[in-house]
Amino acid sequence: MNKAYLSIEALGVSFSKSGRVSEVLRGVDLQVQQGEFVSIIGHSGCGKTTLLNVVAGLVPITTGAVILDHQAVEAPGPDRAVVFQNHSLLPWLSVYDNVKLAVDKVFGGKKSGKQRREWVLHNLALVQMTHAKDKRPAELSGGMKQRVGIARALAMEPKVLLLDEPFGALDALTRAHLQDSVMDIHAKLGNTVLMITHDVDEAVLLSDRIVMMTNGPAAGVGEVLEVPLPRPRRRLELATHADYIRSRSRVLEFLYARHALRDVA
Amino acid sequence: MSMTAQRLDADPAPPPIKPAGAVAQLPERPPALSGKIADALGGAAKVIIPPAITILVILGLWQVAAGGSNAGLPAPSAIWTDSRDLILHPFYDHGGVDKGLFWHVVTSLSRVAIGFSFSAVVGIGLGVLVGASKWAHRGLDPIFQVLRTVPPLAWLPLSLAALHQAQPSALFVIFITSIWPIIINTAVGVRNIPQDYVNVARVLRLSPIEYFFKILAPATTPYVFTGLRIGVGMSWLAIIASEMLLGGVGIGFFIWDQYNASRISDIIVALVWVGLVGFALDRFVALIGRVVARGGPA
Repeated sequence: MNKAYLSIEALGVSFSKSGRVSEVLRGVDLQVQQGEFVSIIGHSGCGKTTLLNVVAGLVPITTGAVILDHQAVEAPGPDRAVVFQNHSLLPWLSVYDNVKLAVDKVFGGKKSGKQRREWVLHNLALVQMTHAKDKRPAELSGGMKQRVGIARALAMEPKVLLLDEPFGALDALTRAHLQDSVMDIHAKLGNTVLMITHDVDEAVLLSDRIVMMTNGPAAGVGEVLEVPLPRPRRRLELATHADYIRSRSRVLEFLYARHALRDVA
Repeated sequence: MSMTAQRLDADPAPPPIKPAGAVAQLPERPPALSGKIADALGGAAKVIIPPAITILVILGLWQVAAGGSNAGLPAPSAIWTDSRDLILHPFYDHGGVDKGLFWHVVTSLSRVAIGFSFSAVVGIGLGVLVGASKWAHRGLDPIFQVLRTVPPLAWLPLSLAALHQAQPSALFVIFITSIWPIIINTAVGVRNIPQDYVNVARVLRLSPIEYFFKILAPATTPYVFTGLRIGVGMSWLAIIASEMLLGGVGIGFFIWDQYNASRISDIIVALVWVGLVGFALDRFVALIGRVVARGGPA
């Protein structure tokens, strides 16, 4: 067994609802190195969100194991911060207080009050949201809310950052803008990132590796693609880059030729 | 000559136009100043005029319908002549139960305040329990669903038998009447806390106490206040009815007393008080709810 930072080993997840057992994931193996950006792509309903939630500890493991930094994952914790698809900021707290809640909880005993306040502002600055720190989530656009969600996750200094289709609900321009921000932050901080997406371009642009999942039930890892593009990446230059086009068509071919969704939708 | 004349004509001509333009602009500016007042008046007019017309029409119809000498109920004009003292002097106090309507209402309201405070505290507590615990829900919810359909006055004989005194019995009736909507709405609020917030709490590893204050309480506040609003309305219904039976001071007893004295006009005046106070109670709780929800815990 190699010494991966995050290691998912022979993972199987089943849900039983009123006596009927449905197997969502079977035999998932995945190793992620420290500082690596890994995307998980697959059709809707293939269990990719379940996989992320297992790593987050929000969904219990049925068989196999998830090991992060030599420790088995059993329950949720701030070392695996999640950026949820629909931001899930608390609407009764200001932007600042949303991040502060996480910072106070994670660094309550380790940093002084002043340090924690500065740390909140530092993370808001990282996602360029300092200007809105006193606003309520309802006053923000979708993209801004997602930025705050990212700031809250980053502020926990997680070992691995889990992104659950973070840009899925955004329009194309805002999405591009946020993808650039995430690339900047990843370049600056070197986080280990696991991201769920159903956007092929997003996966190729952001990832070091793309994990393509087969269709459920009992979904697994179909293929893993290394994206050999140098960083920093710029979307305009990549559009005509041979490796980009090759990676993109590999993923498309996997999703729409070999594992096309059979007339379900 | 004609050219110069035209020029002379043309030259003085613009100045009159300019002031005219300035004058033409003036009426636009004042509306910005007095416009606010006009808007406010217009807004107030929209709120006040339609119900005022409705009231006048109803009073008119009532006057016509009850104006005859053998009508069962007094017409508005008869109410005015019969009960003018009661309408104009709500604050008099001649001792005993001979008080102005204001004092009757205050007595009733103080009962509501005590009984409703108890039911708010107990109701929110039980609601959180039933909402948060599956077993509490399974065990208690069916009982609540049955008990909440018992009419307020049906509790009165039972509470009189148990407590022997009028005052605590009235308080108990208010308590038992208003607690159900508070329990049920609070429980719904707790059950409807979005899974996202729960997930955030789990990722942050909030302790149960932190979860209660930082997630559960703010997330359920709107539901709780819906329950409180319904509850305060029901407790006002309950107090009027139970005071009729229990006697003493209070707006409910006043109504019953005037019925026994055949002073129907006084009853109608009292009903107007009851309606207005009930309306004010509802708005008061709604206002607190808005303030609490906006202020939040932040």
